[in-house]
Amino acid sequence: MTSFDFTNSFRDANLVRGVMDAIRRAVTRPWVLMEICGGQTHSIVRHGLDQLLPPEIELVHGPGCPVCVTPLEQIDRALVIASRPEVIFTSYGDMLRVPGSNQDLFSIRARGGDVRVVYSPLDAVKIARENPEKQVVFFAIGFETTAPPNVMAVQQARALGLKNFSVLVSHVRVPPAIQAILGSPSNRVQGFLLAGHVCSVMGYWEYPPLAEKYRVPMVVTGFEPLDLANGILETVKLLEAGKVEVANAYARLVTFQGNQPAQKLISEVFMDCDRAWRGIGIIPQSGWCLRPEYDDFNAEKRFDVADIVPKESPLCIAGQIMQGLKKPHDCPAFGTLCAPEHPLGATMVSSEGACAAYHKYGRVNHDRLD
Amino acid sequence: MCLGVPGKITEIYEKDGLQMARVDFGAGVLRECCLAYIPEAKIGDWTVIHVGFALNLLSEEEAQETLALLQEIVDLGEELGSDVGSDSVIRHQ
Repeated sequence: MTSFDFTNSFRDANLVRGVMDAIRRAVTRPWVLMEICGGQTHSIVRHGLDQLLPPEIELVHGPGCPVCVTPLEQIDRALVIASRPEVIFTSYGDMLRVPGSNQDLFSIRARGGDVRVVYSPLDAVKIARENPEKQVVFFAIGFETTAPPNVMAVQQARALGLKNFSVLVSHVRVPPAIQAILGSPSNRVQGFLLAGHVCSVMGYWEYPPLAEKYRVPMVVTGFEPLDLANGILETVKLLEAGKVEVANAYARLVTFQGNQPAQKLISEVFMDCDRAWRGIGIIPQSGWCLRPEYDDFNAEKRFDVADIVPKESPLCIAGQIMQGLKKPHDCPAFGTLCAPEHPLGATMVSSEGACAAYHKYGRVNHDRLD
Repeated sequence: MCLGVPGKITEIYEKDGLQMARVDFGAGVLRECCLAYIPEAKIGDWTVIHVGFALNLLSEEEAQETLALLQEIVDLGEELGSDVGSDSVIRHQ
């Protein structure tokens, strides 16, 4: 018996077009929808889904790119730690070119620092085992999706009794970000597409209170073109019907409760803390930090990185872009002073950043063809 | 980071106290991934991998159901030229 084609079944162009037609028929007035997942931003722009939608639907990109929202202070801390001769600094690849206050991890490596890209946090633990005379630090960033892998690395290091492994944590959580966006006086968002893989870990039980409080429907949505079209269709149907609900359009992977073993381990290793989001500011209780029981694995305790004063580029409007207030091509530096080869801010660096996606897939501002 | 790819579990084994799997992503791409968070996984199951970890199993039943309902929406639309408020493909709580 042949396997179901999970990869291609949700890329069917005819179905996508058909669902776009259904959206067109369902819409009676303008709606502003936000997605808050870098992976979804990328997929939408790459497949031109934003251009297939009827003009009444405005899709704005929220601060869903974890690389983009990693606060400047944490990048600067990473740079200080990575510069130390006894350190092997390990990180997910897309962090390497994110500009800190005056350099990035890539340039530290170019000058002889031992900075290594890892695919999985377990690779960082392996490097620590293989290099007992070095201090191995892992840059544990991400939304809720990378938290289970990141905490498993800490648990494994603990189980192996490693003394030379620590993590620099910079996790962010989606529900407080949605709360901050919807609670803002300038909010225009009327419907939310919820990040499918964040919800595959956490479930979607956190969202009904938010939906209720702000009267905004939310739909758990996947990443393939058909998933995105489906999620948008369901959100539009709820909006047109005046229904405030949290619904699941990614049922093949996401359940209401989510992955409970993962949530349990996350809560054993991490605790909620205030977190600065680059370009946005501090969102209370929006981050995860290591619990005090794990101080031994906390790079911020192991290394002297307390006095960091970050300095952001004055030209970069990434914060406004991530809040859905501006589009990348509204930025005067877009494509000129700021481009993937010489980024001013994180949204141009990360493959999931809105600016990088717009630049790569050629989105222009039709009001400003200069 | 969030863009995970579906793959099929072809082998399950233990390594350094963690349950691991060999996952086949098609086109000859095979990767070792950690199954610690889905202990119920079996050979032949499909999952989505993020940074070397499987966090959930994919349900073929749910996938088929979603596709069938979307096909219905599309077919009805073509036949009647209007959206007749067809069955939704969502799960409410």
